[in-house]
Amino acid sequence: MGRTLFDKIWDSHVVFQEKDAANGNPSLIYVDCHLIHEVTSPQAFAGLKQHGRKVRRPHLTFATMDHNVPTTNRSLPVIDGDSSIQMHTLRENCTEFGITLFDMLSPQQGIVHVIGPELGLTLPGMTVVCGDSHTSTHGAFGAFALGIGTSDVEHVLATQCLWINKPKSLSIKFTGTINNRPGISAKDIILSTIRHIGISGGIGSVIEYSGEGISTLSMDQRMTICNMSIEGGARAGLIAPDDVTFDYIRGRPFAPSGEELEKTIEYWESFLATDSETCHDKSVNMDLSRLVPQVSWGTNPSMVVDVTENIPYPEEFADGNVEQEKSAKRALEYMDLKPGVPITEIDIDRVFIGSCTNARLEDLMDASKLLEGRTVSSRVNAMVVPGSQSVKRAAEVRGIDRIFKDAGFDWRESGCSMCLGMNPDVLAPKQRCASTSNRNFEGRQGVGGRTHLVSPIMAAAAAVEGRFVDVREWF
Amino acid sequence: MKSFKFICDKAIPLDMINVDTDQIIPKQFLKMVKKEGYGEFLFYNWRYQNDGTLLTDFVLNDKRYSGRRILLTRDNFGSGSSREHAVWALRDFGITVLIAPSFADIFYNNCFKNGILPVQLERQNVEFLFKNSENEDIVVDLDKQKVVCCDHSFSFLINEFHKRMLMQGLDEIGLTLELESAIVDYESKRRNHSSA
Repeated sequence: MGRTLFDKIWDSHVVFQEKDAANGNPSLIYVDCHLIHEVTSPQAFAGLKQHGRKVRRPHLTFATMDHNVPTTNRSLPVIDGDSSIQMHTLRENCTEFGITLFDMLSPQQGIVHVIGPELGLTLPGMTVVCGDSHTSTHGAFGAFALGIGTSDVEHVLATQCLWINKPKSLSIKFTGTINNRPGISAKDIILSTIRHIGISGGIGSVIEYSGEGISTLSMDQRMTICNMSIEGGARAGLIAPDDVTFDYIRGRPFAPSGEELEKTIEYWESFLATDSETCHDKSVNMDLSRLVPQVSWGTNPSMVVDVTENIPYPEEFADGNVEQEKSAKRALEYMDLKPGVPITEIDIDRVFIGSCTNARLEDLMDASKLLEGRTVSSRVNAMVVPGSQSVKRAAEVRGIDRIFKDAGFDWRESGCSMCLGMNPDVLAPKQRCASTSNRNFEGRQGVGGRTHLVSPIMAAAAAVEGRFVDVREWF
Repeated sequence: MKSFKFICDKAIPLDMINVDTDQIIPKQFLKMVKKEGYGEFLFYNWRYQNDGTLLTDFVLNDKRYSGRRILLTRDNFGSGSSREHAVWALRDFGITVLIAPSFADIFYNNCFKNGILPVQLERQNVEFLFKNSENEDIVVDLDKQKVVCCDHSFSFLINEFHKRMLMQGLDEIGLTLELESAIVDYESKRRNHSSA
């Protein structure tokens, strides 16, 4: 019988099988790469110390500081005392347990899901875990990558393994492509997908994305797609590796190189693919031929419409589901929006281009191309937070920082920043933001703040006009 | 870890779908390096006004429900961020059992590491509990995998592994470390494979 890509990765990582695994009992799965950061690791290390336990394989764990680092001048001391303690604690723990740390001032520092791939830590066929739900990003390489809680971080540190109930496999196949369709990006693909399957559509599943719509994407774009798998409730997202993947990996510092890499690629090519579409537990087809830029209007990532549409009526969104209708009404109230109003009539106060979803070089290049010769509306405060120091340097070499700054954007240091507002980058109450991040939950970017999820080019266009525009009209 | 076997209590009805972990514990409370002390911040933005006074219309602030240890809620509870702080906050507040038609995966797993039982019941049975939770006791029996309320009994599924962990209050890491030889075998098999 055929196996899915996910089955193959799973099978090759089973260390121990609880009896009755088919009935939902977990298997002990080996972890190839463990990424940690300052916010969800302190209690894990404290637990290890309390029990006198060691880190089993320190060289398989990598740490960085991203969630609460300031994005302003880093030669100054970190003002927030609690953040400073968390960063200090991570530094001490990494030293004590022999773990490689990309500290705040390291040239490799960045958002954990941006630096993993760019350093070549994430490779096809691997299992990757991190105490962060957007670990699903790494699935773009054909790795089984999932977010875990702090108790599981401790478990992985101590054992290099994790008990996991084997998820089901959900296939989402895309016909059509967004290539040569200016104004449309990978963010629109994943937002429209979540709109379609709902925020719990992927619960208990690994989503494998495939089809022409995926194979024609770059790695940066594929990462945007897999990143938001968790917003559809999925355990992980997966894309089978191909030449685009292998080209990306060549030359990355922690990846194998030379003949060793080429031999490994041969193995990946022969092994890492789903045998037949029928191996999946469930399949969904999505047609990209009519995809237009997407904008979220509500307080979860399925509350999304086309930029050409109006704010929906709750009944229309709910389609007969009483609970959904209640939730849509509450969302509209929180967002201070009226049904029937065109999306392009919504004025915004802030623009955030950043996050593990959309702060890679291509994202910044896309947005900057649109900003050449244009300026940010006087009503808008706009910022760019590169995903990593490497992204920042690469952008500066290309003069992209100049374009952003000339247009009136703030050009910041790398980190999670206003995606979740754990550092000083937050929305004030009632401020409305066009954001390239992944969550529009109540208060996510700041208490009382209102988030609209969009692609980097849609965010750049909104910054210029002070409201949402159909960016396709600009090409 | 504290064990859990059985509870008889009334429920706090949180009548909402898709309650995400950003609501359960907002980000400003993720900056501690301890596992305790999160209870007062549970649902912070829904429980308190900007000046720190209680919002009386939120269900957790309703005196009728104070001290109850069962939280009854709707689909996809605990979605979003993996922050285990959400579970620590519920636990510190005094919640021991959650009942909903579905839970987000990471949150669901996090519960078992902290002595909290997430019970998944069919939608109509959750509806029944919502109708009766105001004044009626709910019995949750983990061993029998049953929820009983007003002479109605509903079965729920849970895997044997999670059940055993919770019933016996086991230390999962301790348990895994007993499988040391299996881990060593796996690692050596992998080493041989990659050098071949």
